Amino acid sequence: MNYGIIVEIRSLAGLADPEGLAIERALPSLGFDGVRGVHVGKVFRFSVEAPTEAVARRTAEEMCERLLANPVIERAEIRVDTESAGAPA
Amino acid sequence: MTAEIGIVRFPGSNCEYDVARVLEALGASTRIIWHGAETVGGVGAVVIPGGFAHGDYLRPGAIARFSPVMEAVADFAAAGGPVVGICNGFQVLTEAGMLPGALTRNVGLRFICRTVECTVESTSSVLTGRALAGEVLRLPINHYEGNYICDPETLDAIEAGGQVVLRYRDNPNGALNAIAGVANATGNVVGIMPHPERASDPLGVGTDGVILLESLLAAAET
Repeated sequence: MNYGIIVEIRSLAGLADPEGLAIERALPSLGFDGVRGVHVGKVFRFSVEAPTEAVARRTAEEMCERLLANPVIERAEIRVDTESAGAPA
Repeated sequence: MTAEIGIVRFPGSNCEYDVARVLEALGASTRIIWHGAETVGGVGAVVIPGGFAHGDYLRPGAIARFSPVMEAVADFAAAGGPVVGICNGFQVLTEAGMLPGALTRNVGLRFICRTVECTVESTSSVLTGRALAGEVLRLPINHYEGNYICDPETLDAIEAGGQVVLRYRDNPNGALNAIAGVANATGNVVGIMPHPERASDPLGVGTDGVILLESLLAAAET
């Protein structure tokens, strides 16, 4: 079966995110006051054909470890997208 | 005997001929090695030049790391062969796990293209063997992702182990401890952000880069 997967890549906690900071600093000039903690990351969406959700998730984890994220600077959060499950990405 | 230096070309590399020209002027013969090659074919040293390997897609160096030639480069390095990554090549070597740390976007989110001063911190690497410790070199940098970063334990280890080979004097990109170049523990794999090949002609920004490429050539011949 096809499992829709969403991978979100973010900077490791404590690491500078200059892009997020630049956006946060620009927001007040547009009238968006009180916005804090802006972080910019990456999102990958794809589908994995696997016998179970656990196997699909494990495949996504291995993809993150080997390619999608650099563990020295980034962490990956994997979600199984139940809405798109079964649909081709 | 003159060593032959292999220079790896990925789709998107753009400094391979600059490096070749300088090495040849120093008496070496060079060979461009396509990234799809499965061997480095008996060269005395390997250079991974600057550019945008595989378009820098995903992260600089992230996809280049899986090019077939990188397995041969890793084997060559594991056997003690000199391997030097310049700019994008440094990013490739960190992504490949052949050097510690990572290179992230410059502080201030600016692409920086100018000549900076770097201090030679260690002479026990294949790229600095002929330089003098403490010597200041004027070298061009040309990058967006040159902000060196690593975890605190790694930083302690590379500082204590003499693996920091070059340090910026004014830290243009916000690198941790102003690190401009690092080596592996055995000193035969080195990555630097500045471009020594662009400081190798008196008509350019000076010739301070020559000593580094001469060091590499000497290492390749032994």
